[in-house]
Amino acid sequence: MELNTHTIIFMGLSLLMVTAALLAVTTRNIMRATTYLLFVLFGTAGLYFILHYTFLGAVQVTVYAGGIIVLFVFAALLIGRGARDLTHTSLLRYTAGFTASVTGIALTIYLIFTHQFPETKPLVSAVPIKLIGHTMMGVEKYNFVLPFEVVSVLLLACMVGALLIARKR
Amino acid sequence: MEHTIFIMALPLLSFLILALAGMKLSHKVAGWIGTLSLATVTVLSYSTAILYFGAGRGADGLFPTLTPYNFTWLPLTESLQIDMGIMLDPISVMMLIVISTVSLMVHIYSFGYMKGEKGFQRYYAFLSLFTFSMLGLVVATNIFQMYIFWELVGVSSYLLIGFYYTKKAAIAASKKAFIVTRFADLFFLVGILFYGYYAGTFSFTPEANILFSAGIVIPVALGLMFIGGAGKSAMFPLHIWLPDAMEGPTPVSALIHAATMVVAGVYLVARMFPIFIDFAPEVLHIIAYIGAFTALYAAVVACVQTDIKRVLAFSTISQIAFMMVALGVCTSDDPHTGGLGYMASMFHLFTHAMFKGLLFLGAGAIIHAVHSNDISFMGGLRKYMPVTHITFLVACLAIAGIPPFSGFFSKDEILTACYNYSLMMGVFMSFVAALTAFYMFRLYYLIFWRRGYYETQPAMFKKGEIEEKPHTPHEASLTMTVPLIILAAISCVAGFIPFGKFISSNGEAYTIHLSIAVAVSSILLATVAIVIATTMYMKDQNKVALILKARSKKFLTAAYHRFYMDELWLFVTKKIIFRGISRPIAWFDKKIIDGFMDILATTTQLFSRQIKRFQSGNIQSYCIWFLLGVMMLALTLIFLI
Amino acid sequence: MIPAEYYLILAALMFFIGIFGFFTRRNLLGVLISTELVLNAVDINFAVFNAYYYPEHLEGFFFTMFAIGIAASETAVAIAIILNVYRNMRTIRLKSLKKLKF
Repeated sequence: MELNTHTIIFMGLSLLMVTAALLAVTTRNIMRATTYLLFVLFGTAGLYFILHYTFLGAVQVTVYAGGIIVLFVFAALLIGRGARDLTHTSLLRYTAGFTASVTGIALTIYLIFTHQFPETKPLVSAVPIKLIGHTMMGVEKYNFVLPFEVVSVLLLACMVGALLIARKR
Repeated sequence: MEHTIFIMALPLLSFLILALAGMKLSHKVAGWIGTLSLATVTVLSYSTAILYFGAGRGADGLFPTLTPYNFTWLPLTESLQIDMGIMLDPISVMMLIVISTVSLMVHIYSFGYMKGEKGFQRYYAFLSLFTFSMLGLVVATNIFQMYIFWELVGVSSYLLIGFYYTKKAAIAASKKAFIVTRFADLFFLVGILFYGYYAGTFSFTPEANILFSAGIVIPVALGLMFIGGAGKSAMFPLHIWLPDAMEGPTPVSALIHAATMVVAGVYLVARMFPIFIDFAPEVLHIIAYIGAFTALYAAVVACVQTDIKRVLAFSTISQIAFMMVALGVCTSDDPHTGGLGYMASMFHLFTHAMFKGLLFLGAGAIIHAVHSNDISFMGGLRKYMPVTHITFLVACLAIAGIPPFSGFFSKDEILTACYNYSLMMGVFMSFVAALTAFYMFRLYYLIFWRRGYYETQPAMFKKGEIEEKPHTPHEASLTMTVPLIILAAISCVAGFIPFGKFISSNGEAYTIHLSIAVAVSSILLATVAIVIATTMYMKDQNKVALILKARSKKFLTAAYHRFYMDELWLFVTKKIIFRGISRPIAWFDKKIIDGFMDILATTTQLFSRQIKRFQSGNIQSYCIWFLLGVMMLALTLIFLI
Repeated sequence: MIPAEYYLILAALMFFIGIFGFFTRRNLLGVLISTELVLNAVDINFAVFNAYYYPEHLEGFFFTMFAIGIAASETAVAIAIILNVYRNMRTIRLKSLKKLKF
């Protein structure tokens, strides 16, 4: 694996994401955690760009970074001091979580390296927007108009539901 | 004979009405409902009897056995089935008359006696229930129907004994009566089951060859049935409940514990008599000996009791024992050669029901007047209660066996049957009969003669020895005296009924002819006994009585305590059965069986306490366990398989 | 050209960091943030598998996109619930929310 721009960017993003993820789950301050999550999300968007899925990267930035993070920030601000992780997790829980996670990582990495993946035939250029649009709205095989509509209804339902749950009585 | 169904239906109907709507009715209406339905039943019973006996004998010289109603209630096997129906034969028709007559008298009498009592409607409801059950018992077409009504009779007796349910003694007495008779009925049921299994039927007329092949089982079954009958008829040693049953209202004692229910055992033996005589004559003779002993025992105890109703209760036991003896001394079913006892027993049942009912009702009138059961509060009552006095005297003469009163004729037949059986038995029963005359006249003189309570008290009041002015007893009201007069009239003339014409052991007509020797000797004995009683008790503080009292103090005390039979039973049940058997069983149940279950429960509880912590309500720990489990599974699947 | 395994390892790391956070976080918002990490890791996997092995199709692409949409709605509802819990209990600490226990 030669050291080119892509690789350097990928390595940088990876480092950023893992660090930010670790910080996001360990920091005490919920606002900081949210911020670290934002970095992870941006990193993910970066990965999508490297993969030539530019549209996906854009969605990631707008929906996740733009929408969800804002929700988190609002929630953290509304709850205020109550949102702080003031107490320590018990050592037992910590150890159990740590063991489970490390075992999981080891197992997954082992599987990744031992599994016989098919031949890779990577994309060379970005997926054209027109193709994405046609696939999303098409009604033929491998087209996604039904999930699209379902998701849109789901979003509507969630919006109403969230309003209903959160409104003051 | 289809109208016989109303004899059963009317008391049941009146019971249902009074039981369901009794509290809404006034005393008067409730009483009228019960009495009117009973009056109708009486009319129907008499018309049944007239029609039945009026129809005459069949071609074979017997009164036919009619079953106007019979339906199969529980078919158990092809042949074995439980029926419900009405059967009319000479003895059931005779019982219909006895029951309806006494019951009607008691219904009328209770108007006066129970006047203003709390629970008047309940009282009449129970009376109706009792009458219904008793009628069902006597017209039963098979032994199982008889058993069902037998138990119903027991229940209504229990209810009526415990009528004053706020009185502790009444509650104890009702429980005692129920438990003792129920205990005896257990044997009855076992006997019925034996009988049903081996005879292949519950009917009273099984096929003879099947019974022959059953061998020893049939006598055993009959003996077990007799134990049930002994419980109801208060034979020694199961008699202990009857004296206590006097805690109930006196009319109830007259109806149930003197005239009808207690003779159910006699009726049962009479019902099964053909089978007894053919297959188990030795059981019959055992019954005779038990009866003879009971007669003597009860008569001796009756001589020293001071409670008027207790005396009558023991007298009842003694008289029922007479009936049992009469049945037991039968050696064949021919009334001319040893089957006389059957007729005599039924005859005595009939006359005894009348005069003993009369005695109890008379006693009720006295108790009503003096507000006490104790003889010491009576004495000299003949001036105050002339009607009661005369009717009571008639009943006493009847029970003592003085002609021309009814008791003489029936008792004489019994004694003749006993002499036919053996001289010993005859002499023994004659002695008991004399004893009967003695204790009845003792009671009579202590109540009606003697310078009694109501003469000494006013004198003491005048002298200022007592504060309260004693009340003067008065004659009972018309509703109470009319039944007394009716029953006294019946007791006077019932002896002249040609009883053998209607009922005899093999069904053929039998003409009663008095045996001169027996009749004269028994009249003589009774007269002597009455004379002794007169000298001892007519006046106060007779010398003979006092000397006797002093001489045989121990014996008298023992007799007064009924020879400690109750204590013996208590000893057997409490000390031996409860302590020796029930306690260890209870211990086993509590410690071993319950203990085993407790260990199971405790183990489960301990175990669940341990695993309870997993159910922390914390989703994070659930997820950790879940993930660890998934990891385990994945590792196992990847590396081990 | 970066090998697909690198992406997968990165995604696995993110996934289990999320799991770890899910176990150790002490309040609801922290748990929710961890869940977002897990979701993101899965999204990456979808995109990577699509891009490297089946570039002529767009299934993984659209799965990722819909997952993002659903994640958004899920977060909205979750935060609404958290706010409601906070309003009722005055806390979002998991230790105090034990109504599910026994």
